[in-house]
Amino acid sequence: MIEPGLYHILFISAALFFIGIYGFLTRRNLITMLMSIELILNSVNLNFIAFNKYVWPDKMDGLFFTLFIIAIAAAEAAVAIAIIINLYRSHQSIDVENAEDLKY
Amino acid sequence: MITGSTILFYLLAALTLGCGILSVATRHIFRAAIYLLFSLIGIAGLYFWLQYEFIAAVQIVVYVGGIVVLIIFSIFLTQQAGEKLPKQKSDRKIFAALAIFCGFALTMLQVYQHEFNGAETTKAPTVADIGKKMLSVDNGGYALPFEIISMLLLAAMVGCIVIALRSKPETK
Amino acid sequence: MPNATTIALIPLLPLAGFLLLGLFGRKYLKSSSGLIGTALLLTSTILALYTAYEYFFVYGKVNGAYQQFIPLQLTWLEFSKGVSIDMGLLLDPISVMMLVVVSFISLMVHIYSLGYMKGEERFATYYSFLGLFTFSMLGLVLASNIFQIYIFWELVGVSSFLLIGYYYDKPSAVAASKKAFIVTRFADLGFLIGILILSFSSGTLDFTTLIQRLTSPESNEVKTAVVSTFLGASALTWGAALVFIGGAGKSAMFPLHIWLPDAMEGPTPVSALIHAATMVVAGVYLVARLFPVFALTTPAVLEIIGWVGAISAIIAAVIACTQTDIKRILAYSTMSQIGYMMFALGVSKYGGEAGLGYTASMFHLFTHAMFKALLFLGAGAVIHYIHSNDMRDMGGLRKYLPVTHITFLIACLAIAGVPPFAGFFSKEEILLAAYQNNMAIYWIALITSGLTAFYMFRLYFNIFWSKPHEVHGEKHGEGGFVMMLPLVLLAVGAAAAGFIPFGEFVSSDGKALVSHFHLEFSIAPVGLGLAGIFAALWLYKKQNDKPQKLAAALGGLYNAAYHKFYIDEIYFFITKKVLFNLIGRPAAWFDRNIVDGMVNLTGNTTQAVSEGIKKIQSGKVQQYAIYFLAGVIVLATLFIYVLR
Repeated sequence: MIEPGLYHILFISAALFFIGIYGFLTRRNLITMLMSIELILNSVNLNFIAFNKYVWPDKMDGLFFTLFIIAIAAAEAAVAIAIIINLYRSHQSIDVENAEDLKY
Repeated sequence: MITGSTILFYLLAALTLGCGILSVATRHIFRAAIYLLFSLIGIAGLYFWLQYEFIAAVQIVVYVGGIVVLIIFSIFLTQQAGEKLPKQKSDRKIFAALAIFCGFALTMLQVYQHEFNGAETTKAPTVADIGKKMLSVDNGGYALPFEIISMLLLAAMVGCIVIALRSKPETK
Repeated sequence: MPNATTIALIPLLPLAGFLLLGLFGRKYLKSSSGLIGTALLLTSTILALYTAYEYFFVYGKVNGAYQQFIPLQLTWLEFSKGVSIDMGLLLDPISVMMLVVVSFISLMVHIYSLGYMKGEERFATYYSFLGLFTFSMLGLVLASNIFQIYIFWELVGVSSFLLIGYYYDKPSAVAASKKAFIVTRFADLGFLIGILILSFSSGTLDFTTLIQRLTSPESNEVKTAVVSTFLGASALTWGAALVFIGGAGKSAMFPLHIWLPDAMEGPTPVSALIHAATMVVAGVYLVARLFPVFALTTPAVLEIIGWVGAISAIIAAVIACTQTDIKRILAYSTMSQIGYMMFALGVSKYGGEAGLGYTASMFHLFTHAMFKALLFLGAGAVIHYIHSNDMRDMGGLRKYLPVTHITFLIACLAIAGVPPFAGFFSKEEILLAAYQNNMAIYWIALITSGLTAFYMFRLYFNIFWSKPHEVHGEKHGEGGFVMMLPLVLLAVGAAAAGFIPFGEFVSSDGKALVSHFHLEFSIAPVGLGLAGIFAALWLYKKQNDKPQKLAAALGGLYNAAYHKFYIDEIYFFITKKVLFNLIGRPAAWFDRNIVDGMVNLTGNTTQAVSEGIKKIQSGKVQQYAIYFLAGVIVLATLFIYVLR
């Protein structure tokens, strides 16, 4: 066991990021895809905070980025859910495989 | 040297990653949302562990209190209760697993090959610091992005309402 | 000195008429368009006559010879320093003479058409086309350099095309206009190449300089050009011969004459103007314009010109004896008379007494314009009355069309060469020139002159005597004053033009040429002419079966002549069978299978490939995301480990 530091947190954030990606690629339900995106965003947030803490502790840029990302993520989630609900209304389904009207 | 702090970190990391994996793996959508909730709480815990209490608080308030609740609501609106999610094609799963494995390996290889010039300090920003900086118009202040974010939120709000509005039934 | 503005106005006024009537005629000037066109042309004609008077009697003659004047020369297209295409006006005896002929005949036709074309749907269009033609013809006549003449040459061809195809709802008229255009176009290709050779050899496009450089044997240009040979003939010979091919096409010389009889599908006044009096003599005019080059540098080509003219003259005369469409008879007669002009130039030499053929040719051009226009306009009056072109429908018309009858008779006597009408004098001079230089051509010419008298009077007796006629369509009078006036004026010209001392004004070198009139020499042609007339009188005065018997007796010759010696069929065979099958079909096959095949291959390949790769656009978001992620990973690996 090693004292946890920057590399550990980077490992967590990278793992979380790819877990999110995996979910995004394999989930067929739009809401679960949205959840995966939330995971990805959180991994990025974690990265910002970790770098702020361990590399530039006397600055606050990473912290503010995280704050703004959280704010934007809230807006994004709201818009995404509005779109999903609209899609559900028109297709009676939120399965991403059915939403392929724009293919060739 | 194993301290309480170290144990706490590993517990939080395990909570975050474990719940994250479960969240993308389970076939019950409601459970997925709950696992997501715990994963986000784990991240909030990590923020606490890093002594960024304000961010942790915001994380809990916005994510746990806002977004996850929103997601759960939309699940109620669009999903028949108790139904399992449909299975994904296995070739898609294999490809995705392969891709993320390669990506993860590449990333970690790069991360561990890189030396970060860390600077240790005990000082953590207080809420007062954050507030002053946030509304400062001096060099390095964040007043302008703050305003822009508020505009963005307003626009997103209006946009949501417009998108989700039930269109009038077409008069024939 | 000549006044450039006055002269420039002569062609520009008809052009103004063309633009005015062409743009606004159909809508706004429907009824007045004829009068506008005629008034503009009247002005033009007066200016032309004034110019002719000034040139011939006031300033033209210097030191006993008529000079060339270039009152206007504008650079139109400058390619490089010293090489440019100019637009100019050239005054010399033949251009001034042609100026008068063209504008006068055109004026007559304009006036005549006021009556003849009355009530036509496209009356204004007709007059605008006439204006365009007159402009182009006057421009051609006045051209000061060889390229300018080519430009107007083509313009004349276009207006001829438009006017032949005037009745564009008639398939035969459309076919005839296409035929005329294609045949003359084909000849014009030769003309263009000839122009290029001549101007390349001489280093100029300008007539005066070109003639000057190419006629003196010591000049560098001639020395260089004579050395370069192709198929045993020098470059200059080829150039001159090709220029003559252009002239032969436009002047309907054998074997490029096939378009002229068909061109009679146009309105009759147009035939009178374009296909009898003016445009078809453009070839003669071209040869006359370059006559010093032909006569002094390339006598071999001049010899060819003489023979082509003679052959055309006799062939056309023989064919004319057998036809029944009166306009076609006149068309073949035109061809025959132009043949006369051509061989007159062919037997001529440059300068002095030996240049008699040149003068005679121009003289015949002048008188022929008068009586041939008269013949056509007279035929127009007959057709107007009968509503048919066919001689077999006509007969006994002398009581119904008295003015036409008299004027037509005058024209027939003139063309038959009966003294003292105009044709007698010019034909006499031509025969004299042939007699002095080439006996073979002289005999051909003599026979032709007898045939001419025969077929013209065959036409005359068939129309105005013989059996009673049948009128197709409504009956009306002879045509009003506007149709009679040109007939009378032209009849005066046809009767009296011969007394002009033409040699005084027009000769190969500009000096006055006194023609010697031999009474005993004219016995043979006049006797033959009278014999032809009496033969026609005997055969056609009263309706009888003598012509049929004669035709049967002549058998094969009659049939061959009736079918125009099968020349059309030969062309048809060459184009349809030989060209289409041997060249056209392989070319079409090549085009369809190789050229198109390559294009299709490109298209099909693109289509097949896109058919294959369109599957990528599946519409499945997650598939896109996988591609994206895979791409990012590959590129990242590439940039980190391979391309750093």
